[in-house]
Amino acid sequence: MKLPIFLDNHSTTPMDPRVLDTMLPYFVEKFGNAASRNHAFGWAAEEAVEIARKQIAKLIKADSKEIVFTSGATESDNLAIKGVLDMYKEKGDHIITSSTEHRAVLDTVKSLEGRGKAAATYLPVDKFGMVNPEDVRKAITEKTILISIMLANNEIGTINPVKEIGKIAKEKGILFHCDATQGVGKVPVDVQDMGIDLMSFSAHKMYGPKGVGALYVRKKNPRVRIVAQIDGGGHERGMRSGTLPVPLIVGFGKACELCEQEMAKDAARLTAMRDRLEASIMKALEESYLNGHPTNRLPGNLNISFAYVEGESLLMGMKDIALSSGSACTSATLEPSYVLRALGVGTELAHSSIRFGLGRFNQDDEIDYTIKKVIEIVTKLREMSPLYEMAKEGVDLKSVQWAAH
Amino acid sequence: MAYSDKVVDHFNNPRNMGSFKKEEEGVGTGMVGAPECGDVMKLQIKVQNDTIVDAKFKTFGCGSAIASSSLATEWLKGKTIEEAQKIKNTDIVQELNLPPVKIHCSVLAEDAIKAALADYQKKADGALAEAK
Repeated sequence: MKLPIFLDNHSTTPMDPRVLDTMLPYFVEKFGNAASRNHAFGWAAEEAVEIARKQIAKLIKADSKEIVFTSGATESDNLAIKGVLDMYKEKGDHIITSSTEHRAVLDTVKSLEGRGKAAATYLPVDKFGMVNPEDVRKAITEKTILISIMLANNEIGTINPVKEIGKIAKEKGILFHCDATQGVGKVPVDVQDMGIDLMSFSAHKMYGPKGVGALYVRKKNPRVRIVAQIDGGGHERGMRSGTLPVPLIVGFGKACELCEQEMAKDAARLTAMRDRLEASIMKALEESYLNGHPTNRLPGNLNISFAYVEGESLLMGMKDIALSSGSACTSATLEPSYVLRALGVGTELAHSSIRFGLGRFNQDDEIDYTIKKVIEIVTKLREMSPLYEMAKEGVDLKSVQWAAH
Repeated sequence: MAYSDKVVDHFNNPRNMGSFKKEEEGVGTGMVGAPECGDVMKLQIKVQNDTIVDAKFKTFGCGSAIASSSLATEWLKGKTIEEAQKIKNTDIVQELNLPPVKIHCSVLAEDAIKAALADYQKKADGALAEAK
């Protein structure tokens, strides 16, 4: 086992060596521009891009002509939301989204709202982080032109009832965008079955390279049109200009192919490992609380709040394990995780949360080490915590008059 | 964020971590911060003949908060009440090399020192009044 251990696979994933192998020829040897129609260099690049497009489309049960390459999921989210709003502004300006979306969706919608270009409804989620499809239905107005709900949450891994939401969208004739960045490659995604019209996802979350993503744009029933947000040479059927990063796209394609072939095996292995991590920690440490859905969540996700200890200090005590926390101290905003807050998790427990993100390359001995370390550091920091001491003395912490600062 | 070596040292080897009994004679207790803000510090001093002979802390918070309170106990020991009053948060910032986002940890530590001193004073005054 090598240290440090990477258990932050929601932030990014290591690239699969098999992906790198397929990419390498496209840097030096086959360097052509996929848009060069008049020579062999261009043809080779274009052919590679089209193979990748098919591999990607196959994973999500789409047609390869429905894949628009972008720089990543953030750009895909921006393109989907702004592109739809610009295209359909005659029809309306209302967007329905949820309070636990990724910032790439939330900030895009908020920015449009701020500029007076859109009105938005931010749906609440239940205590597990799930959007209720009936809430979506109730929020629809005559002005609604887009529903944007994520597939799986990046912090708590909860998987939304996307199919039900897609059905409602279809029934009402409203476009449905899904940010599926965390889900694609990890859980089965079928844009037909799920009724998705636009879908964002990214290569680096599924063992592919950073810097490339895609927006699925439905071609029929209905044919979705979007206004390009980056103008130029008219690449990607006019929806996203810019020379295609051929090596990245080739890697993205391979990553999708591998995910398709190995998803069931990976998911079973990760779920077993994750469940063992969860059970061992919960058994050893009282007052540890699971955040997110107990079962309906991503295979590699585990988010736990450890009462009486602060998240950043937990991370500091586990320097050789790469993890993430919902603590304010780890964010730029000094506010604890808005996702956890949206589930109704108290601010103090949001400060105490740790996200474990398991991935394809994690091994059992790394999980053993992590279990040992977590128990050690939580115990040590609780000994150091005045809150733990008070709780042990029987003081109700909620009854204490704290001097908030 | 990278932590300074001193913050890491205090975090890994906290000085004077623990508690005195609040009722014990000569003990002053300061508790500052709030759980929902992500940091709570409890700082205690034990005073004999106007001198702080011992100090202890317990902290819920980030590494810098833990280091700030650990350092504060180190500095308090051996100081007179008057000298202890003069410890400033900026001294802590400088000693631990805290980045701007962590300055509030040092402020909290200074508040905790002041609160512990005030609590000791209150208890001492009360004892004096009783004796009279």
